[in-house]
Formats: sequence, structure tokens, C-alpha cells
Amino acid sequence: MDTMNHIAILPILVPLAGVIANLVMGDLKSNKLLRLNVAFSIILVLVSILLIVALAQGDGTAAAVYSLGNWPIPFGIVLVADRLAALMVLVTSILALAALLFASARWYNRGTNFFPLFHALTMGLNGAFLTGDLFNLFVFFELLLAASYGLVLHGGGRNRVKAALHYIAINLVASFLFLIGVALIYGTTGTLNMADIVRAAPLIAPENRGLFEAGAAVLGVAFLIKAGAWPLHFWLPNTYSAAAPPVAALFAVMTKVGFYAILRLWTLIFANGQPEEFAFGQASLLAIGFCTVAYGSIGALSSKALDRLASYLILVSAGTLLLAVGYDAPSVTTGALFYVVVATLAAGALFLLKDVIDQTLPAEAQVLAVSLEFYGDEDEQLDEDEEVSPTTPAAATVISWCFAVAALVMAGLPPLSGFLAKFVMISGAINTGETPTAATWVFTATLIVSGLFVLIAMVRNGINIFWTSLPDGAVRIRMLELVPIVGLLGLCVVMSIAAGPALGFLADTAAGLHNPASYVTSVLGSGAAP
Amino acid sequence: MELTLAIAIAVLAGSGVYLLLRPRTFQVIIGLSLVSYAVNLFILSMGRLRMDAAPILSGANANPADYTDPVPQALVLTAIVIGFAMTALFLVVLLAARGLTGNDHVDGKGN
Repeated sequence: MDTMNHIAILPILVPLAGVIANLVMGDLKSNKLLRLNVAFSIILVLVSILLIVALAQGDGTAAAVYSLGNWPIPFGIVLVADRLAALMVLVTSILALAALLFASARWYNRGTNFFPLFHALTMGLNGAFLTGDLFNLFVFFELLLAASYGLVLHGGGRNRVKAALHYIAINLVASFLFLIGVALIYGTTGTLNMADIVRAAPLIAPENRGLFEAGAAVLGVAFLIKAGAWPLHFWLPNTYSAAAPPVAALFAVMTKVGFYAILRLWTLIFANGQPEEFAFGQASLLAIGFCTVAYGSIGALSSKALDRLASYLILVSAGTLLLAVGYDAPSVTTGALFYVVVATLAAGALFLLKDVIDQTLPAEAQVLAVSLEFYGDEDEQLDEDEEVSPTTPAAATVISWCFAVAALVMAGLPPLSGFLAKFVMISGAINTGETPTAATWVFTATLIVSGLFVLIAMVRNGINIFWTSLPDGAVRIRMLELVPIVGLLGLCVVMSIAAGPALGFLADTAAGLHNPASYVTSVLGSGAAP
Repeated sequence: MELTLAIAIAVLAGSGVYLLLRPRTFQVIIGLSLVSYAVNLFILSMGRLRMDAAPILSGANANPADYTDPVPQALVLTAIVIGFAMTALFLVVLLAARGLTGNDHVDGKGN
């Protein structure tokens, strides 16, 4: 148990060591530099697996608690790695490894300091997932944002700088909202430790309760901006489609930080573990989630370019997750946790895939396919002979298969894991209460209809990309760029095959989440006990 | 004192939000700075306003009631440092945008 507590800090220390190593040895030959960075990323994945395996051996409520500087627990900063945090850390590490491998092919030298910023972003993400202290959460948010500002700008150019300007301004405002929310919560509860807030929240004097809820609401707005929730998401499609592909792939997990923070705070402080009168904000989360899904689905239908489509798919998944948080039932949360893993991996893969498609298939063919939609297809008869390519090159086949898998996962069609995730969420929603309520039907309908919209958007995009004449000569893909994509999508497929054990693990996780008392005892009990 | 501080925060935040919504990047960054001042004062006030009370305990059997809450002061310090660094970073991006687009409109459009 004691060594397990120490594992909790490793997902922060390994990327930190990566940042330092890159700064010290940044002038290595590029081959050695790449190997060094891939090694750091692999170590991080191994550490995350170690953490999640250590936690899986205990029951659903087990958590590794690490008090930084060994200060007594409600006063010092504490890291809490429970199953949810460990799961998010693992997803981040896997996505980071894939993006890093992809970037090693050619993107890393399109600007300066790619690797240090990349590791810093990973460190910030892991820290945000692991911390058990609200203000420390703010610090890790700033850390990951500072790194992401640099990464958005990676590669330079007018478009990126413009997108980064908006992105930075909006996130600075969100940080101020975050601070106001934290200050209000501190002012009313007198503590910043999340477990201690759970303890103190029911003791707040009734006249201060409103102030506490206002603080939580302001904090929630800050998280919703990060999560890309409607109507606070307008920065997202521009930023994600302007960023370099490996950066955008890692950003796919960044909106999930907002989801994670909301899930964590709401299950701890406002959810069904608490007395009825303390429920707060669930209805708003449902409404916001619904609007986000609707906006994201319509946006996906309207997108011509694959990177914009992927950005809107991120909005759809963000909205779906918010709906699940607002639904506030352990069985729905189980599905949502499954969904967050597959949706993040598939969205990351889609951003990488877009770059490969841009390289291998000529841009003219894609433009032609798009304009054919507008101007009719009178000329199509003429060059029919040239259109038919005698054999489809293997590389193009692999790309189109990857696209198909990503489409199936994102749209939630059987047999892949996206379908299983949505199925678990819907069945959980219907079987929760005695009789399904209106919220159940809205939830179910939203999930199914958004799946249809996403499917139409993906299929149309796929037709435009792949049913065009292939370029003369062989289609070439760098192995280093193909492997991460196949790996990420392969994981989505494995998740559908190994869905039984995965869902069992996640059901325990969700049950632990909806029982805040266990979180409080694992944090306060272990440190406060004499 | 409460009223003075409240008015100060309100004026800073109000002017800051107004400037944030202006179309020139320089106005946006000044607005961000003003809002950050307002937020820092607000955090400080969440530790309750006290006159003539030190934040650091002296002696083993000191009475905590004689002291002001040190936590918000530590938070403000962190917030100032982070806000300062972010403003500096934003300034760099602002200059880059100015150089690339040739004007200081937030959307990179001309007049």
C-alpha cells in the first residue's frame, strides 16, 4: 500500500524529467533526441499501467494518496489517484505516445521546442487528473494551458497565430473565472482540499449556501469553457483545426479535462451521495449537454474539411459526456467512462489520419469531389476510363480502413466500442429509475440521433476523400505515421472485444465515484488518523 | 473598508470586461490585466478583511484570532505570478499577430 501511494506522483515526475532532459540535451542529434523522447513516453505509459493495475487489485474505492511535502492532509496539497484519475492518466499517456510517435516523423522540427512543450502538456494533464486540491488543480490547468499555447503556435503561420490569439484570450478569462470560483468556495468552506470540501459543504450556514453554489457555478463555467460546451465552445473548432495534427490529437484529451473536473466535483459535492436539498446544477448540465450535442452534430454535417469535422466530433463527445454527468446515475457514468476512452482515442486518431490523407491523396482530388457536389457531375462520364484504377494500393486500403473504423466508433455503430459505450449509457439511463422519465427519453434520443448525424457526416466525408482518382504512382505513407493511427484504432477494437472486463472495472469505478464517502475516507482517513 | 474594496473591485472588473470586448489587441491585454487585478483583490477579500493583523503566526501559543488568514495571501501570490507570466506570453503572441497580419485587430482584419 505504501509503495502504491508513491506511484501516484510518477505520472507527473516522468514528463517533468522529460522536459528537463530535453532542455539539457536539446542539441542531441535528431535520431538520439527522438529515441530519448519516445523512451520517456513509453515509460509514462508503463507507469500509468502500473498505477491502474495497482488500483485494480483493490476494490472500487481504493485510492493512492500522496501528500506532497508530507504536510498534514487538509492543509497540505495532496495527490489522489483513484480509479477515475488513473484511467484518465492512462488515456492521456497512450494518446501522448501516439502523438509523439507521429510527430517524430516530421512535425517536431517545424518549430522550436516541440518536445519540452509536449511533455509539459502531458505533465499538466496528468497533474490535473491526479490532484486532490482545488487550487493545485488551477496551477496544473495553467501549466497545461501554458504548454498548449506554445503547441498551438507550433509550425507558425498566420492562421495558427490568429487562432492562438483567440484561444489564449478565452482561456485567460476562463482562468480568472476559475480563480473567482475557487475563492468563493474557499471563503464559504475554509478549505481547498476536495475531500475536506465534501466534509465541510453540508456544514455551511444556510445564508452562505447561495454563495457556495455561486462559487461552484462560476467554477463550472470555467470548466465548461475548457470542455467546449455550448455556448462557450466557439474557440474550439478554429483552434483545433489550425493546430498541427499531432498537437490537435493530444488536444482531444484536453476537453476531457473539463469533463473530468465537472464529473469529479459534481459527484463529490452535489450528486446523489449528498442529501437531496444539496443537488445543484444537474438540470443545467443536461440542457447544456443537449445543446452541445445538437450544435456539434449540425456543425459536423456542415464541415467540408476532415479536421473541422473532427473538431465538431469533439464537441459531440463533450456534449454526450456532459449529458451523462447531468444524468447522475452510476450505470450511466459507467457508459460515459467507456465512451470517454474510446471517443478520445478515436478523435485523436482522426486528427492524425487527416494529416496522412492530406499527404497521400492529392488536394485537387478532394477539392474536385467537393465542388462536384455543388456543380453537378456532367463531366464524370468523360474520364471514366481514367477514374478506374486497376489495383488499389495497399497503403490507400489501410488508410480507408482506418477511416472506416474511426467512423464506426465515432458514430456509435455496432460492432465496435463506440456502440457498446452508447448502449451501456442508454440501457443504464432506462433501467435507473422505476419508470423512465422525460429526461431519459431526451437522453436516449439525443445519443441515437447524434449518432446518425455523425454517421452521415463521416460517410459523406469518406466518399469525398476516397472515391476520387488516386494519384499516379505509388501511395507512400511513413510507417512512423501509420503505426500510431493503427495503434489507437486497434485499441478501440480491442476495447470492443475486451468490453466485459473493461466494463466491470469501469462499473466499480463509477460506483466508487457515486459514493463520495469512500473518497473522503481514503483522503482524510489515511492522513488525519492519529 | 468593505465598501471601498468592493467598489475598487467592481470598477476594475467593469473596465476590464469592457476593454476585453474591444476589437484591438492592445485593449484586450489591458482589459485582461485589469480583470486580473480585480480577481486578485477578490481572492484576498475571501480571507475576510482585517486591519493590523499579521498573516504569519509568531510563538507556539499564539491565538489564531489575532491573525489574518494566510491562505488567500498565498493564493494571490501564486495567481499574480501565473497571471503575469500569461500576460507576458499573450504579449508575444499579440506582437506575432501584429507582425503577420499588419494590423492590431483581434481577427486580423483591417479597418
